[in-house]
Amino acid sequence: MPHDHHDHDHDAHSLLPSDSALRVKALETLLTRKGLVDPAAMDAILDVYENKVGPQNGARVVARAWAEPAFLAALRADTTATLEREGLLGRQGEHVVVVENTAEVHNVVVCTLCSCYPWPLLGIPPTWYKSDAYRARVVREPRRVLAEFGLVLPDGQAVRVWDSTAEIRYLVIPMRPEGSAGLGVEDLTRWVTRNSMIGTGLAERPA
Amino acid sequence: MTRVHDMGGRWGDGPVDPAPGEPLFVKPWHRRAMALTLAIGAAGRWSIDASRYARESLAARDYARLGYYEKWLAAVANLALARGLVTRAELAGAEVAQAPLDPKAMRAAQVEAALRRGSPSLRPGPAPRFAPSDLVRSRLPARNVMIDGGHTRLPAYAAGHIGRIVRSHGCHVLPDSNAHLLGEAPEPLYGVAFDAADLWGAPERKGDEVMIDLWQSYLEPVA
Repeated sequence: MPHDHHDHDHDAHSLLPSDSALRVKALETLLTRKGLVDPAAMDAILDVYENKVGPQNGARVVARAWAEPAFLAALRADTTATLEREGLLGRQGEHVVVVENTAEVHNVVVCTLCSCYPWPLLGIPPTWYKSDAYRARVVREPRRVLAEFGLVLPDGQAVRVWDSTAEIRYLVIPMRPEGSAGLGVEDLTRWVTRNSMIGTGLAERPA
Repeated sequence: MTRVHDMGGRWGDGPVDPAPGEPLFVKPWHRRAMALTLAIGAAGRWSIDASRYARESLAARDYARLGYYEKWLAAVANLALARGLVTRAELAGAEVAQAPLDPKAMRAAQVEAALRRGSPSLRPGPAPRFAPSDLVRSRLPARNVMIDGGHTRLPAYAAGHIGRIVRSHGCHVLPDSNAHLLGEAPEPLYGVAFDAADLWGAPERKGDEVMIDLWQSYLEPVA
């Protein structure tokens, strides 16, 4: 064996699957053999959430809410019906309500009991959203938690924490930043971050 | 009383790690765990409510120890066993012959439409008893009144508090019933605002609120 392979050999064990990787493989094999799951359907599910559904969907809703008063009015009147017309409802986002941030009120969303999240609009939730720390703390001390995201709220702004206990999913419409005046929907979409639609961040000028 | 998943307001969890730039799936096996859970879920063998109940019913030490997708897998295994789809021996690795694909199993060609359709929980049902601005008191203790230790969606931190109805969501499937195969039992669902000072005693700021979606049977009128 050539000498320069030595450094690669001592950690070759890390190429083996972890316990959890073995567990998922065992369960996938079992359910597939039982005819309960089609691996091709699993691949199609992954294709949806890796390539088609993600925060870009929600960002477009927010950008249009900023740019098109009639669309914002429709969202306010009936978010679910409006998103249905746009083809933006789906699994874990069958019923949706938008909540708008203002100078007086900042909204932030959590699911303390599990990890409910508006999948058709934001995709798969990030680890922090599903973490014990976020679930346990953001209802009791939202301002301290938001500060951990670098978001310090002025004392004049009240916080509303939305605990998603039912099948209603909440999408935060962040305040439109100064400096975005005059931009069209496509440009505005780039100002809308995932976290700004959960309430742990603000919309911001794209890098 | 409550279970380990019901952690809203709990002390002692340390800081949140925002992990900017985190990949969609942190570990490669998370991809298969997510897809497997959604694929078997779409076969209609159990509801989202049963699925949540299976996750929160894990032993407290397992719930705390296992990661998000590990809990998903554990719940799928437990539900598959409970519904008679697999045996303990098969979960432990016994040989299984290849069976034909179940007629109810989700096919690749059905995936996009099925994910777009989802499983709406809105149903026809009784007229709402409460209207926006009504004051209500939530059940104390937070519990499933049909099944001891059963599924409920009233967080313990909000039990026994006075809230204000802010929105009527229409009638929705009642998880307390549906999770236990007792029927969908739809009833009016409301958005309810609770004052942070009432919930926590010492709020970070006067006027902050927690908004919670609660079913009508969780609530009683406040005169």
